[in-house]
Amino acid sequence: MTSLTVFYTTLFYFATLVLIGGVAYRIYEYSRTPAPLKIPTTPAPTSNAGVVVRMAREVVLFESLFKSNKWIWIFGWLFHVGLAVVLLRHVRYFQEPAWFWVEFIQPFGKYASFIMVAGLAGLWARRFLVDRVRYISTPSDHLMLALLVAIGLSGMMMTFVSHTDIVALKAFMLGLMTFDFQPMPADGVLMVHLGLVALLMIIFPISKLLHAPGIFFSPTRNQADNPREQRHLAPWAAALERNKS
Amino acid sequence: MAGPQFEVPTLTEYTEVPKIREGAMSHLKSFVAAETSQSYLGYPHQLPADWKERALDRMGQVLEKFRSVRVFMDACVHCGACTDKCHYFLGTADPNNMPVARQELMRKVYRRYFTLPGKIAPWLVGAEDLTEETLGKWYNYYHQCSECRRCSVYCPYGIDTAEITMAGREILNYVGIGQKYSSEILVKVQKIGNNLGLPGPALEDTLAGLEEDIEADTGVPVKMPLNVKGAEILLVTPSADFFSEPHVESLIGYAKVFHAAGVSWTLSTHASEAGNFGLFNGNYETMRNVAMRIRDAALELGVKRIIVGECGHAWRVAYAYWNTLTGIGWGGDDPFAKQLRDQLDMRYPQPMHICEYTWDLIEKGALKFDKSLNDDRVITFHDSCNVARGSRMGDEPGGQFTIPRNIIRAVANHYQDMAAETIGEGTFCCGGGGGMLTDDLIEARVKGALPRMNAYNNVVRSDGVNFLALICAICKAQFTKVLPYYGFDRNSVGGVHQLVSTAIKLD
Ligand code: HEM
Ligand code: HEM
Ligand code: SF4
Ligand code: SF4
Repeated sequence: MTSLTVFYTTLFYFATLVLIGGVAYRIYEYSRTPAPLKIPTTPAPTSNAGVVVRMAREVVLFESLFKSNKWIWIFGWLFHVGLAVVLLRHVRYFQEPAWFWVEFIQPFGKYASFIMVAGLAGLWARRFLVDRVRYISTPSDHLMLALLVAIGLSGMMMTFVSHTDIVALKAFMLGLMTFDFQPMPADGVLMVHLGLVALLMIIFPISKLLHAPGIFFSPTRNQADNPREQRHLAPWAAALERNKS
Repeated sequence: MAGPQFEVPTLTEYTEVPKIREGAMSHLKSFVAAETSQSYLGYPHQLPADWKERALDRMGQVLEKFRSVRVFMDACVHCGACTDKCHYFLGTADPNNMPVARQELMRKVYRRYFTLPGKIAPWLVGAEDLTEETLGKWYNYYHQCSECRRCSVYCPYGIDTAEITMAGREILNYVGIGQKYSSEILVKVQKIGNNLGLPGPALEDTLAGLEEDIEADTGVPVKMPLNVKGAEILLVTPSADFFSEPHVESLIGYAKVFHAAGVSWTLSTHASEAGNFGLFNGNYETMRNVAMRIRDAALELGVKRIIVGECGHAWRVAYAYWNTLTGIGWGGDDPFAKQLRDQLDMRYPQPMHICEYTWDLIEKGALKFDKSLNDDRVITFHDSCNVARGSRMGDEPGGQFTIPRNIIRAVANHYQDMAAETIGEGTFCCGGGGGMLTDDLIEARVKGALPRMNAYNNVVRSDGVNFLALICAICKAQFTKVLPYYGFDRNSVGGVHQLVSTAIKLD
């Protein structure tokens, strides 16, 4: 094995471990922390089925954001939809043979990258142009956008300018998954792309990217509005009752 | 009233989003609580030597106990959607009054002490050490938030700055920096039974006087019973209803409704306050202790139903928390909940809002009105934040908006809503909620009322509105005080049940 292969192999195992372990730990932490009081932002659905619908609308359509600010919504939504299509297109690197629909979206799916990067550019522009958003932006906000744009642009380089050896890359990726190690293709752009992706994976559980799992645990969105019908009691609050009353 | 020491904003047709002005409100500090009230509540009254450890320790506990705070600390992406949603920002232009910046005051500390990137590279993620200066800013800006939850409606993750403000105040209390106003009220309500500190005999006198007034006025002996064992209904209402204007007019309205319905009802000295400032300070135990008075009174008087008067945050606590805190409500199977549940009448929701009760009677045709008696009024309705975004009325989501309006339309002929984006779930706070109804915060109260005043001004001009109908004791007191700053008549404020009281036919 070349040192390049060793490096990227190790990097990806490490990054995957951090990503999965880290996010799992965060989810565990969120689910373990009780929400002692009923605090849905009302009007809220009165049943759990209603809550599922509300959450789906938030996750798929960014409904609250739509109510809030049309510019952020359009840029943010385009970015995320673009990202979703790009990632679905990527599934083919991890499968042999790839699912039918993954093959199906390949030809036009590659243009989603433009949407993704355009959305990111719009969001980034706001951080400079709108005084309120400039005030709240930290260096890490800018770097996060820079990172995603860089991943996007390096990927687009490979898709539209200098093609990389997809067969070799796929062999490398499948090799990682089956512990049957294959050489990492020595292509500069690909190395940049994958290096940055690994960085993204590593910072995911310690950054604001936690908004993705976080939204599902937000009590103002995931609670049903039924406090008069059901007694809601956190374990530590119930203990209070036993001690005092 | 001495002239204001600050510039009152000018009214405009639309509330414009101001350019930020750093430090615009950094001078405004609420009076700090003294030893007596703080020690009653179990807090120190000055910064202890180990304040930093205490503060961080409490912060850690809050993060362990409240999922809201934990998730909200992590999830914000600084998207900026909330930045123009807070009435205090719109009225003051101080960037720390933008909801995300208010959260950030705490998030900086959270990052520094509770997250890896904040520990190793604070400059990168905007993490900061906890210093006395930080506490000063917290005190300042966590008392320029009325915990109205408007920001939570518009945040893509529902991040509710009110939860952060509550946590911030709790941590401040832990290191001896309490707010005088809230701290003293929490003592009065627990020692005497109500926020105003009105003792039992005084309450009895007031009610007897009101009975005489009503009889002189209408010729009908409408009663205001107090501490009547075996009454069917216990009415729990904000103590301002007993003697503040215009609040008392609504109390008269409730009494007339009960009279017309022919039910037996009672007030209670022990529970002579619906308000619960425990909500504002984010201390579960205190809020629970205050709420327990209602349970105790209900058990002692043996009532079958509990009805809550016109008060916004009180209704939120009653509707959303009483079942949790005190077992007033359905669905609990533990002995604690059962004890009360077995006594209450299961045909009704418990607790019930007075508007739900009155509307129910109107729908059944049990109340008669002469609507023309309200003809001198052109009415608009202000949705109070805690009712709008923290509770419900009736069976359907949004009943908290339709039911009060339905009542108004049933008792009066002239009604006009304010602009759609300023009512309903997007309603603007009156500017005086969340423990800010104190003179030392008058500047924030006046400026924070700007978006509401703009919307009100529009309907005053275009539709001749002359009555701002409310269902919140704090809103009533706040608008009575603030309307004159904007050139409106302070008497144009009143309760929904004041309108009911005017039009109801008694026999
Ligand atoms: C459940 C899945 C997700 C949901 C519901 C979600 C939702 C949102 C929303 C509503 C925003 C705020 C609006 C905006 O700025 O776009 C946002 C921002 C952001 N999201 Fe996501 N997201 C998800 C997953 C992801 C993932 C997987 C990534 C990255 C790999 C990501 C990266 C970002 C970034 C970087 C921002 C901030 C953009 C800025 O700086 O303005 N999101 N997300
Ligand atoms: C291990 C993970 C990844 C691998 C192996 C990988 C590999 C590749 C390759 C080989 C291409 C070129 C495709 C072609 O020539 O047709 C590409 C394109 C691209 N990649 Fe990745 N990538 C990964 C993760 C990501 C992630 C997480 C993002 C986004 C945050 C991303 C964004 C893009 C974009 C925008 C393009 C260009 C458009 C497209 O072909 O869909 N990649 N990637
Ligand atoms: S809860 Fe209300 S007062 Fe507090 S930050 Fe949000 S909008 Fe402003
Ligand atoms: S809207 Fe929510 S996520 Fe966006 S900046 Fe405000 S609090 Fe943060």
